[in-house]
Amino acid sequence: MTGPQGLPRLLAGLHADGSPMTLADHRRVHGDLRRTQPAELIQAIDLAGLRGRGGADFPTARKLRAVAERRRAAVVVNASETEPASGKDKLLLSRMPHLVLDGAVLAAGAVGAREVIIKLGEGAHESLAGIEGALAVRDGDPVSFKFALGPDRYVAGEESAVIHFLNGGQAKPTLVPPRPYERGYQGRPTLVQNPETLAQAALIARYGANWFREIGTDADPGSALVTITGAVRAPGVYELAFGTPISDLLAAAGGSTEPLQALLVGGYFGTWVEATRALGLRLSREDLRSVGCSLGSGVLIALGESACGLHESARVIRYLADESAGQCGPCVFGLRAIADATAGLAEGVAHARERDRLLRWTSEVRGRGACHHPNGAARFIESALEVFSADIDWHQSQRCTARPVGLPLGGPAPDVRHALMEAG
Amino acid sequence: MASRLRVNPIMCEAHGLCAELLPELIRLDDWGYPIIDEAEIPRELLGLARKAADACPTLALLVDEDR
Ligand SMILES: Cc1cc2nc3c(=O)[nH]c(=O)nc-3n(C[C@H](O)[C@H](O)[C@H](O)COP(=O)(O)O)c2cc1C
Ligand code: SF4
Repeated sequence: MTGPQGLPRLLAGLHADGSPMTLADHRRVHGDLRRTQPAELIQAIDLAGLRGRGGADFPTARKLRAVAERRRAAVVVNASETEPASGKDKLLLSRMPHLVLDGAVLAAGAVGAREVIIKLGEGAHESLAGIEGALAVRDGDPVSFKFALGPDRYVAGEESAVIHFLNGGQAKPTLVPPRPYERGYQGRPTLVQNPETLAQAALIARYGANWFREIGTDADPGSALVTITGAVRAPGVYELAFGTPISDLLAAAGGSTEPLQALLVGGYFGTWVEATRALGLRLSREDLRSVGCSLGSGVLIALGESACGLHESARVIRYLADESAGQCGPCVFGLRAIADATAGLAEGVAHARERDRLLRWTSEVRGRGACHHPNGAARFIESALEVFSADIDWHQSQRCTARPVGLPLGGPAPDVRHALMEAG
Repeated sequence: MASRLRVNPIMCEAHGLCAELLPELIRLDDWGYPIIDEAEIPRELLGLARKAADACPTLALLVDEDR
């Protein structure tokens, strides 16, 4: 069977009415799951250049190899989707669960695992329903599936927190090493992958690495699911080819509802970029790196001119500080101080020099938590101080009357209102 | 490779002993938690580093010995 030409790929066959794709729908679009030799599959994923879509951007083949060379492996589908604005994993699990399950089965085969654990947030009712419905009609999968529902907290999706939770502990990160691929679920070498990564792997297994590379760029092959929200007419999840200009992405989401001042690229661990700069970039690691950002878990938030970037950032950093797992001093006290100081700048009650202290703190908390939570929060606030620096001075003398735009802060993934696709 | 100094941030309770015993490599942040700017331990400080690790009440200071 030849693969879909152009886009959509992952979202091929998606029902517009919101109903899940049945197994018959899935087979009609993608054919049967072909058995693939482990080495062959890992090789194809390697040649395809697939990288993890959960935020860490790690080459998937390397992780597969690391687990495959160990014994008694397990596979965990990390469907926690704790990034508040993100909707892609929910879209995949609730609407095209068979693609994710195919990916999980293939990954299990590649690493020699018999057991797949699907970790979801407690509020992920649609995702759970989608997966349960799909499992009820599948047979012949050479693995057993298990579910685990964990707390909807930001750091609960971090992989060591996922493993700790599955092993009966709290959903909080642990000191690494050992990393999950060394010692994870029940002490076994464990492959932890994001649902989109697995869905992409399921397509690579069917259609091959060359097909995968037909769209995208050499350095960033293939497509990606991007959740775009904020000041756009049609917020939602879109599948795009890497290399697509960000301006096209905005157009796909119906265009902006007002002139934009900035884009937050990569979710709350991401980076604010001035709108004029952001609109000149393509969706690729190379372009994004040139302005110091990465796609993270694929969330883009458009901020309109009428909003206050400083206040919005103050709200987000307060959220991130509150979401600290409370285990590491620099994270607990550092993020709280950073959140307080940012609020002070937004309210105009802190001296503008507070900015320098803030920057010292952000550099000091980096790398000093057990997980990357402080690093992501530091990166976010550093970009806010840069992009909204004129606002800091302005807030010293003027009263800011901008209304909150209501960025999502916590809870289960937002409803996916639009799941349309645009060719890149 | 030289031996390296590391903190387990989950165990650390900001007792601050390490910074007293090994100010050459460890300073404290505004809340009393250790900052290690350079993890590589110079050979002549290795003995002191091991002592500091042993002295930490929560055993949060770790010396990853060069092997
Ligand atoms: C604070 C924090 C939260 C995270 N939350 C998620 C999450 O909700 N879902 C996810 O897939 N990865 C999340 N990650 C990344 C995971 O640790 C891990 O890298 C990922 O699940 C690996 O899968 P991938 O290689 O397929 O991306 C988080 C990381 C951090 C530091
Ligand atoms: S760095 Fe923060 S979020 Fe991560 S484990 Fe430590 S306290 Fe928890």
